[in-house]
Order: sequence, then structure tokens, then C-alpha cells
Amino acid sequence: MYIVVSIAILATMVLALTRALMGPSVYDRVLAANVFGTKTVMLLSVTAFLYGRPDFLDLALAYALVNMVGILAVLEFFQKRSRRKAELEDD
Amino acid sequence: MIDILIDVFSWVLLILGGVCVLIGGIGGLRLPNFYTRIHAASLTDTMGAILIFVGMMLQSGLTLATLKLFAIMLFLLLTGPTATYALANAALLSGLKPDTGSNHDEVEKEEPAE
Repeated sequence: MYIVVSIAILATMVLALTRALMGPSVYDRVLAANVFGTKTVMLLSVTAFLYGRPDFLDLALAYALVNMVGILAVLEFFQKRSRRKAELEDD
Repeated sequence: MIDILIDVFSWVLLILGGVCVLIGGIGGLRLPNFYTRIHAASLTDTMGAILIFVGMMLQSGLTLATLKLFAIMLFLLLTGPTATYALANAALLSGLKPDTGSNHDEVEKEEPAE
């Protein structure tokens, strides 16, 4: 049964990657990367149960922390950039 | 008897979580513009995560693994909506307007040959 769930998560990761490659705007790509990161955490947790190795849960926890900080840093960068561009157009 | 019930219930939760994740993934690829795609992606972050993690918690019983699963789930539930909010905020501030009609704007821009 865990294998069904992991296949569903893997299919979603492929779909998110497709959106990240297609995505017309930067924000579509960031959204797809965010989905991909969250799905990685879930896939690691399911893998821990699939192979009966609970150590993988620590990896999932660490990956969740790293993913969150990465997404917020990228968003801060693009938000600052667009604000600076708007100020330049005003002047 | 109660063990079998818990087993069946957790498998149902896991399968429903997988379905939610898949629906969110398809929606993120197929929906027409950015703000609707956010809606699909946040479905996988909240509903799918809750269902899958609660299903695994029921499977593992009262162990350290349950505590770790609970911590991961709590963290995902705190950060997922925060990241989605920050993303929508950044997109709105950068001038990406929400569409009020069913406007497939990007598709028309991408295929000028037709």
C-alpha cells in the first residue's frame, strides 16, 4: 500500500517539475519548486515506512527546515527586485 | 479486531491522501493562471499532508516515530500556508494581476503561430 502512495507522490513531483520547466512567470516556477520540496518531505516519510527504516524521518525533518528557508529567501529576493524596479519606473 | 479496524482506517487515509496529492499535482499543471495554480498546490500541502501523515501515525502506534511524524506534519502545516501567502503577496506586489474571467492569457501569448 505504501508503494501506491509513493507512486502518487512521485507522479505529482513529475507534474510539478513539468510546471517548473513550462511556467510562464517566475512565481509559477517558485510555486512548483515549493510543491516539489514538500513532496520530497512526504516521499521520504513514506519511504521510511516502505523499507521499515525510521531513520529516514530525521532526514525528512531536516529537509523540511531547509526547504522552508530556501523558498522564503528566493521570495524575498524577487519581491525586493520587483519593488526596486517599480521605484525606478516612478523616478 | 480493533487492530484490523485501525489498519483499514489508516490504509483508507493513506489512499485518500495519495488521491489528494495527485489531484493537486494535476491541477497545478492544468489550471489556466497563476492564482488558480496556487489553490491547487496548497491542496497538496495541507489536505494531502494531513491525510498521509495521520495514516502513517496510525500505522506506527505509540512510538518515537509517531512523535517525529507529528513534528513533521506540524511543521509542514505551519510553513506551507506561510510560503503560499508570501508567494501570492510577492506576485501581487510585482504586478501580476488576478484574472476575474476565464482568461487563458499565457496560452495565447505562448502560441502566436496559430
